[in-house]
Amino acid sequence: MSVETTAKEKKQKKNRVQMPEQPPKVRARNFIEVPTGYTSEMAREEASRCLQCKNPGCVEGCPVGVDIPGFIKLVHEGEFTQAIRHIWTMNSLPAVCGRVCPQESQCEGQCVLGKKGEPVAIGNLERFAADWERAQGTGALPPKAAASGKKVAVVGAGPAGLTVAGDLIQKGHDVTVFEAFHKPGGVLLYGIPEFRLPKEIVAQEVNFLERLGVKVECNAVVGRTITLDELFEQGYQAIFLGVGAGLPKFMNIPGENLVGILSANEYLTRANLMKAYLFPKVDTPIPHGKEVVVLGGGNVAMDSARTALRLGADRVRLVYRRSREEMPARAAEAHHAEEEGIEFFLLTNPVRYLGNEKGRLTGMECIKMELGEPDASGRRRPVAVKGSEFKIDCDLCIVAVGTGANPLLTSSTPDLKLNKWGYIDTDPKTGKTKKKGVWAGGDIVTGSATVILAMGAGRGAANSIHDYLNFGW
Amino acid sequence: MFKIVKREEMSQGTVVLNEIEAPLIAGKAKPGQFVILKANDTGERIPLTMAYTDAEKGIIAVIYQVVGKSTALFKTLKVGEGYQDVIGPLGKPTHVEKLGKVVCVGGGTGVAVLHPITRAMKQAGNHVTAIIGARTKDLLILEELMKTASHELHVCTDDGSYGRHGFVTHALKDILDKEKIDLVVAIGPVPMMKFVSKLTKDYNVHTLVSLNPIMVDGTGMCGGCRVSVGGKNQFACVDGPEFDGHQVDFDELMMRLQAYCEEEKMCHNEFCMLEESWHKK
Repeated sequence: MSVETTAKEKKQKKNRVQMPEQPPKVRARNFIEVPTGYTSEMAREEASRCLQCKNPGCVEGCPVGVDIPGFIKLVHEGEFTQAIRHIWTMNSLPAVCGRVCPQESQCEGQCVLGKKGEPVAIGNLERFAADWERAQGTGALPPKAAASGKKVAVVGAGPAGLTVAGDLIQKGHDVTVFEAFHKPGGVLLYGIPEFRLPKEIVAQEVNFLERLGVKVECNAVVGRTITLDELFEQGYQAIFLGVGAGLPKFMNIPGENLVGILSANEYLTRANLMKAYLFPKVDTPIPHGKEVVVLGGGNVAMDSARTALRLGADRVRLVYRRSREEMPARAAEAHHAEEEGIEFFLLTNPVRYLGNEKGRLTGMECIKMELGEPDASGRRRPVAVKGSEFKIDCDLCIVAVGTGANPLLTSSTPDLKLNKWGYIDTDPKTGKTKKKGVWAGGDIVTGSATVILAMGAGRGAANSIHDYLNFGW
Repeated sequence: MFKIVKREEMSQGTVVLNEIEAPLIAGKAKPGQFVILKANDTGERIPLTMAYTDAEKGIIAVIYQVVGKSTALFKTLKVGEGYQDVIGPLGKPTHVEKLGKVVCVGGGTGVAVLHPITRAMKQAGNHVTAIIGARTKDLLILEELMKTASHELHVCTDDGSYGRHGFVTHALKDILDKEKIDLVVAIGPVPMMKFVSKLTKDYNVHTLVSLNPIMVDGTGMCGGCRVSVGGKNQFACVDGPEFDGHQVDFDELMMRLQAYCEEEKMCHNEFCMLEESWHKK
């Protein structure tokens, strides 16, 4: 046997380098990030597992088309600065994506190594490259095209808007981002908790865009403080709308307005954007439940449940009406939640909330469900099992069953065409709306989805805006 | 920063007026709309309905009662200092049209919110009677402004120290007994709005109330401000803040306003103790 084949065999058999994590018992009571990151040695070791496929499936699986084998090769060679610069050409928010993308259904889901063993830890490597640049990098910026003299307004400083801003600033345009909240980041800031995505990282990703020349105007509620037509009057030639989905959905069952029932949007905004977990060091309070129930099975439900645990809950139960397989949460989140002690009540649905004379929540009545025929989403429809009602005690309930379209902007802009759910009607490829010079993307077009899909939509729109600025509508 | 250009204390220092530089908001704001203010980095987002605005000077005015830590912190802000964040205008403006006879009823700091609506109702050609009330004379605010904003002003105090002895509902009842009223606008403490609405329902007079429930973002995102109106959930920030008083579940609203009672007390006491120790130094 030659030395070469031994090396190759070794390569194939190598196990994935696990990213170190805080132990479940410890992390369940603090807000520090759960995975602690690769060392350079670990990153190079993991990068060495990549087979450098000629036709890489991983790239096809990436909504923004990052050249994954390309950057992994650079990590393997220890060229970390080159690696991050390579990622930046396709993705302005790598530190975020490395942490929150559902890699198992995208890049890593397509990795050849995944067929027989574990796929390359692409997300971990992307995170490593971005973190390394922040900690040790030169701070050198990627190249930027010559100034075009054209002004673009981006509405909403979330993942879609920041992607558009990053792409267009690099193409030489003058970009201003308008944000309704007092800080930029959108869902990265108010939605995703500190222990999953430290806010310092979001601030630094935004700072990176600002260093590239992007201007950020906070406290600007477009549609209220300023309208789209006024932005055009101010000389903006193109506008991208990435305002997010917004309105939280409730269950519409009796007792929903008892004190102690919050939308996940409210609960997480208090915890994340307002940092209410530090109360009374900060002024925004947050309810501290002892027995907490979270309704829903997505990432937002997992984030809410894990936040409740960190705020000192004795018991956190997650009530989801379908089974584990249908849970929309990222695999790592459901896994982390279970490890930390969140109890999953699957195939269960709340029927009504119970309260005391002070109008405070004391419990809820639930019913068992079974799966019937597939519904419009292709998932099997849950059906209530008659007579299976049971009661659970709780003093805090977080409702994480999705969001609907926020009419704040669209209602003040009548010439934007909306679909029947109130989302903005756009061309799926370019993100063009029916109003000339206006694009839209992210949750306000698709309804609640993922960070990376919003970024993908932003990428498409940025290309289309660039074409428009050069060649017209 | 949004600079405070004028500051006035009323009601023995328990109520404070701030005129704030916010030209974009001043240019857009209409009667009935609110802003969200945040004093500093660690501050809470507090919704306040605007008392008046001046688009030319680019200023908005808010009047608030010092009730907790956040408003106590607001009170420490001097002219030349300011709020880190001011967001708005939010909420739907008051629907103003010529209806005939309108009665505007205000209690406590609700009078500040009522003032621009009263003025707009008068400007729209209505005959406007205003009734304002407070627990005692020293707590009464904006009497002069309300006098000019309306055709006729009635003042009530709970203890009889000024104006009519009694609640605003008593003065309102006298008017309702005397003539046909087309609209009542009632803004003040929740119990006041509840009892005004109860009264006007007996007389079948359409009544608008302006609600100020707990909210975080003020743009429809958090759902914390949900109120039951006619058995349906409405978000005060985007569907309101004004609603049909005959449809609002005031008892539920009062319970929801108590959600952070304990936390508020803790936070406020700590702040007051800190303030005191500064003053002693």
